[in-house]
Amino acid sequence: MNIPYTVETRPDTGLANGKLGIWLFLASEVMLFGALFSTYIILRIGAVEWPHGELSVWLGAINTVILISSSVTMVMAWASLKLNEWSKHRLYLILTFVLAGVFLVNKYFEYAEHLALGEGPWASTFLAIYFTLTGLHGLHIVGGMVVMAYFIGPGAKMAKTSPEQFTNRIEYTGLYWHFVDLVWIFLFPVLYLL
Amino acid sequence: MHSDPAEVRKSVRTYLMIGAALLVFTGITVAANLVHLAVPMAITVALIIASIKGAMVAAVFMHLNHEKKWIYGSLILTVAFFVVLLFLPLLTISDTIGTHINAPGPAHAESGQEHKD
Repeated sequence: MNIPYTVETRPDTGLANGKLGIWLFLASEVMLFGALFSTYIILRIGAVEWPHGELSVWLGAINTVILISSSVTMVMAWASLKLNEWSKHRLYLILTFVLAGVFLVNKYFEYAEHLALGEGPWASTFLAIYFTLTGLHGLHIVGGMVVMAYFIGPGAKMAKTSPEQFTNRIEYTGLYWHFVDLVWIFLFPVLYLL
Repeated sequence: MHSDPAEVRKSVRTYLMIGAALLVFTGITVAANLVHLAVPMAITVALIIASIKGAMVAAVFMHLNHEKKWIYGSLILTVAFFVVLLFLPLLTISDTIGTHINAPGPAHAESGQEHKD
């Protein structure tokens, strides 16, 4: 039995089920990160002093450029499918995966530098919220990479059997990825600059 | 969502332009940080730029500039709950649970003791 409304839209919502599903998931993600941003505000307001300049602005800025670039390659991967340009789609999706990997490698060096100096999440309130927020965001990057790896590898078979459904799946992956980028757009100034 | 190849091709140009604009705004954010503005001003500038960048990603990359009403509906609900979530901790400021409202201070306690004697 086929799952209904994977390609065609439901008459009542005007959407394929997957699309509404991913947006509801993203809504729950907004609340998850919202709770942590709220925690950050409370901690910062209540702190007698707040450290400034503990993090490398340049490393943060480079990671911002990497994530923005990956968002562009992700949307291009979807647009290439819409234009039936399969090889371009593969290239853009692999590029997105690689950029995500570079982001994590940068993050690893950043974490390693702090931990080597004994600046773990236990060292201060600022570092506790920094590691919590960026750690959770990093886990989301890993999650996105797992999904992308699936569509680069075994999941790519669907492009031949059900191209429209595959295009929809890439679109939903893209929506998730842009959300991860969006969260970082706010994390960067909040943690690195203010 | 576009299905027509000509429309998608037009969108591709928009995606690249928005990508470039996002990189420019990132540069502006870093440059503003180098100027060393006063803290309230720095927070305002950084958050305004981040909001503009976020809006661009949501509107263009996530196609929220032309979506179905069900998605807008669920997002409006999310924004409402998000705002409540952000301001909920402020209630703790006026929280008096667990404090003795009529408890005598040390001076009153002493004088009370003297009166009894």
